Amino acid sequence: MSDTRAAALAQHPFLAELGEEALARFAQATEEREYPAGSFIFREGEEADRLYLIQKGRVALELNVPGRGATQLESLRPGDILGLSWLFPPYRWHLDARAVEAVTILAVDAEELRTCLVEEPALCSELAMRLLHQLYQRLERVRMQRLDLYKAGA
Amino acid sequence: MTPPLPPMPAPLPSPFAPEPLRIARIRQETDDTFTLHLDVSGRKDGFRFAPGQFNMLYVFGVGEVAISISGDPERPEALVHTVRAVGAVTRAMQELGRGAMLGVRGPYGVPWPLAEARGKDVLLVTGGVGLAPLRPALYYLLHHRKEYGQVALLVGARTPENLLYRQELERWRKRRDLQVLVTVDRAGPEWTGDVGVVPALVPLARFDPARTIAMVCGPEVMLRFTVRELHRHGVTDEQIHFSMERNMKCAMGLCGRCQFGPDFICKDGPVLRYDRIRDRLMVREL
Repeated sequence: MSDTRAAALAQHPFLAELGEEALARFAQATEEREYPAGSFIFREGEEADRLYLIQKGRVALELNVPGRGATQLESLRPGDILGLSWLFPPYRWHLDARAVEAVTILAVDAEELRTCLVEEPALCSELAMRLLHQLYQRLERVRMQRLDLYKAGA
Repeated sequence: MTPPLPPMPAPLPSPFAPEPLRIARIRQETDDTFTLHLDVSGRKDGFRFAPGQFNMLYVFGVGEVAISISGDPERPEALVHTVRAVGAVTRAMQELGRGAMLGVRGPYGVPWPLAEARGKDVLLVTGGVGLAPLRPALYYLLHHRKEYGQVALLVGARTPENLLYRQELERWRKRRDLQVLVTVDRAGPEWTGDVGVVPALVPLARFDPARTIAMVCGPEVMLRFTVRELHRHGVTDEQIHFSMERNMKCAMGLCGRCQFGPDFICKDGPVLRYDRIRDRLMVREL
C-alpha cells in the first residue's frame, strides 16, 4: 500500500525525482483523499496538519471578507501544492480551500514532515528549494494580480 | 474681355478626411465597454481589413482615437469596433446612440502574422479589452481551422463581470478544435472558472513550443509576465507577437505621435515581434 503511495508521491511534480528513501518515509505518513465539488478541504482557523499535493481537480483558495462574503483569491490545479501554514507556528490555516470540482489529493502528515526536516538536513534543503520555487512563482502571480492591470486607466 | 478661367481640377481626396458612417447597432459588453456595428452598406465591397488592423474613429467635434477592428475579417459587410470608455473621445462615443454618425479612417497598421502561423500551433493570450483586437484573428483561425495546429485562447479579466464576449466565449468553449481557458483576478464563490493571472494559464495550454506562434494583446506589464512564462515553456522571442497601444494622431507614420524608438506604432505596428521591441520595453522614457 505504501509502495503505491510512494509511486503516487513520485509522480507529483513537487516531489518528483526525490530519493526513494525519502519518498518511502513520506508515503508512510500520506493518505489519498477525495473531495466532492463544493466541499472544503480545510477552513480558516483550523489546525494546519497536512501538506496537500493536488493530483486531480481544481481548488479555490478563498477568504471570507466581511460585508462581501467569500472571495476567491487563487485557483490551484493538479501539480500544485496546497497549504503551507503547517510550516510555522501556530499551525493554523489562514484561508479556506474549497474543491471547485471533484478533487483527489495526497495529504502528507505535517508533523512527520517537520520531524523529517529536522532529522535530515540534506532533504530539508532540497524540499526548502522546491518550496521556494513554488512560492516564487506564486509571488510573481500575486504581484501581477495586485497591479490590477485591466482596470481603466491602470 | 478677360478669357474665362480654366476649370479647377477636382481636389484629391484628403487621406485625413474621415468617412461618415452610421452606427447601426450598439451592444453593451461590460459597464464601460461597448461594441459598435457601423453601417457600411453604402460601400461597394463593404469594409475589408486584416486581423489586427485598426481604424481612426472620429466623434465629430470631440476628437479622434485609434480603435482596433474587432469583427470578422471574412464578413466585410460588417464593421465592428469594441471600445472602452476611458478618455474624452471614447466617453463621448459611449453617449452616441443608434443612428448617430462616426467618422472613420482606415484600416491602418501591420496585422497579426496569420500567414506565418500556418501549419503551426497558435496561442492567443489576452487580458482585459485586449481580446477585442485578437478576436478577428480567432475568427480567421476558425474559418481556416484545418490549416493550423492546436489553437488555444487564453483570456484574463478583472472579474467575471468584466469578461468580453461572454456568449461567444461559451460557444468557443464547446468547440473541440479550440482550447479556451479563462481566468479572472478575483471572483465570488459562484465562479467555477480559474482565479489568477493569465500567464498562469500557459502551462495548461496544449501547444508544441518548437512550432508555436504566440499572439499577445493586453497591458505591456501583462506581456512581460506572459513572455517569462512562455520562455519557461520553450517559446522564443521570435515566436511572440504583441499588439502595442500608443496614442495616435495621423495614423500614417507622418506626425510621430506614436513613435516608439525607430518605429511608428501606426505604420510599423501595432503588431510587432517581441524580439524587435524587447529592449525598448525596458526603456522607461519610451
